[in-house]
Amino acid sequence: MEFRFFHHFGSYLLMLKGMFSRPENMRMYWKEFMRQCVDIGIGSLGIVFIISLFMGAVTTVQIAYQLVSPIIPKATIAQVVRDTIILEFAPTLTCIVLAGVVGSKIASELGNMRVSEQIDAQEIMGINTRGYLIAPKIMASLIMIPCLICIAGFLGIWGGLKAGELGGILSAEQFWQGLRQEWKPYNIFFALFKSFVFAFIISSVPSYYGYYVQGGALEIGKASTRAVVVTCVLILFMDYILAAILLQN
Amino acid sequence: MIELVNIKKGFGEKVILPDVSAVMETGKVNLIIGSSGSGKTVMMKCMVGLMEIDGGKILYDGQDFTNMPEQDRKNIRRQIGMLFQGSALFDSMTVEQNVMFPLDMFSTGTLKEKKARVMECLERVQLKDAAKKFPAEISGGMKKRVGIARAIVLNPKYLFCDEPNSGLDPQTSLLIDKLIKEITHEFNMTTVINTHDMNTVMESGDHIVYMYQGKKQWEGSNKDIIFSKDEKLNDFIFASDFLRDAKEMRQMEMFQEKDWRNKLKKS
Repeated sequence: MEFRFFHHFGSYLLMLKGMFSRPENMRMYWKEFMRQCVDIGIGSLGIVFIISLFMGAVTTVQIAYQLVSPIIPKATIAQVVRDTIILEFAPTLTCIVLAGVVGSKIASELGNMRVSEQIDAQEIMGINTRGYLIAPKIMASLIMIPCLICIAGFLGIWGGLKAGELGGILSAEQFWQGLRQEWKPYNIFFALFKSFVFAFIISSVPSYYGYYVQGGALEIGKASTRAVVVTCVLILFMDYILAAILLQN
Repeated sequence: MIELVNIKKGFGEKVILPDVSAVMETGKVNLIIGSSGSGKTVMMKCMVGLMEIDGGKILYDGQDFTNMPEQDRKNIRRQIGMLFQGSALFDSMTVEQNVMFPLDMFSTGTLKEKKARVMECLERVQLKDAAKKFPAEISGGMKKRVGIARAIVLNPKYLFCDEPNSGLDPQTSLLIDKLIKEITHEFNMTTVINTHDMNTVMESGDHIVYMYQGKKQWEGSNKDIIFSKDEKLNDFIFASDFLRDAKEMRQMEMFQEKDWRNKLKKS
C-alpha cells in the first residue's frame, strides 16, 4: 500500500513537471485554455447555481431551528449563515460537487484519448501532450473555480435571505443587519485560498488518473470513479489542514 | 532510411525483442509481419519513440534517435506521420479540423493556405465531400483514409502504419494499400507497415521483415516469399490449403513466364 502511494505520488509529480515546456504553438494552447474555461466554468454554472441556492436556504432554516433562545437576536441567524457559507459551504461543498462534475469529465476525456491512441497520435506529432492537454485544464480550473465559488457564496447568502423571508423566519432588514455584524474580510481571503487549492486538486488529480489509464472502456470508468473518490478525500483532508493552519485565533 | 541496430526491449522479466537489427529502406513500403505476440507492435512503438528501448540504437537517416536531446527528437517526430490501428481521430473535431490539426500546431502559413493543403490531402484520399463530418459519422475505411490524410499533411519523410487493414473489407483494404503504396513512391517516403494481412504482403511488400518470437526470422520482398524455403514463414503466410495451392500456381506461372521469356530471347 505504502509503495503504491509513493509510485502514484512520484508519477503525479513527474506529470506536473512534464507540463512545463515551451508551447509548440501559443495560439493553439490559448484556444485549448479558452475551451477548458468554457467547459469548466460555464459548464458547471447550472449545478453551482442550484446547489448554492438550496445550500443557503437549508442553512437558514436549520440555524433558525437550532437558535431557539429568545435572548439571541434574529439577525444572528444571518451572521451564522454568512460565515458558514463563506468559510465552509461555498468553497468545500461546491468543490466536492465540482470534483464529481469536472473531475470525472477530465478523467474520462483524457482516459478516452489515451485508450483510443489520440494522445499517442499527438505525441508522435511532436506535441508535449502533458503541456497541451493537462496544463490548460489546470490553468482554467485555477481561474474558473474561484469565480464559481464567489458566485456560490453570493447565491448561497441570497438563498438564505429568501428562505428566511418566505418561511417567516426573519425579515430582509434583519438579514441584512446580520450580514453586517462582526464582518471579517479575512474570511474571504481564507475562502479564496481554499478555492485555489481545491481547484488545483480537482483538475490535476483526475488528469493524472485519466492520462495514465491503461486498458479499455471499463478502465476509463474505473479511473474516473477513482479520480473522484481520491479528489474528494484530498479536498476534505486539505480542508482540515488549511482550517487548522489559517484559522488560528 | 531507418536502421535498427541490435535493439532490445523487455517488460520486467519478459523479453519481447532480444536483439533485432533491420533496415527500413527509403522509397519503399517496408512491412513488418508476424503472428500476434511476435513483437511487431512493440518494435514499431520503439521506432516512433512511444516506447524506450533497453539497448541498441535506432537511426533516422544516420541520426541516433535513441540518444538525442528531446528537442531534436521532437524535430524528427515532426517528420513522422502515423496511421493508427483505430485511426486515433480526434472525436470532437470534424474531418477537416482533424487534418488541419498538425498544420495549426506547426505550420506558419495563413488560414487560406492551410485550408488549401487540407483539401489537397482530402482529395488525395478521395474524401473531400466528408470534410465537414465528424469521425462518428463516417465508416471505418473512411476513418483510415482521414488518418492517412492527417499523417501526410505535413509532408513527412517517414510514414508508419499500424495494421492499416484491420477491420476492413477486402475491397477497402486494397484501396488503403494502393493509396499507401502510391503515396510512398510519389513522395519517396520511408514507409513502415505493421500487418498480418496477406493481401498487403503480396501487393505492397517491397521489403518485408518477418518476426518470429521477437526475432527477425526472414527478410526479403514479396516476390522472394513465393520461393522462400523458410518453413516458419511458409506456415505463417500460406496457412491454409487454399493459400498453399495459390502459391504453387503462382510459382508455376512465374516459371512459365521465365521460360517463355527465355524462348523469346533465343528466337
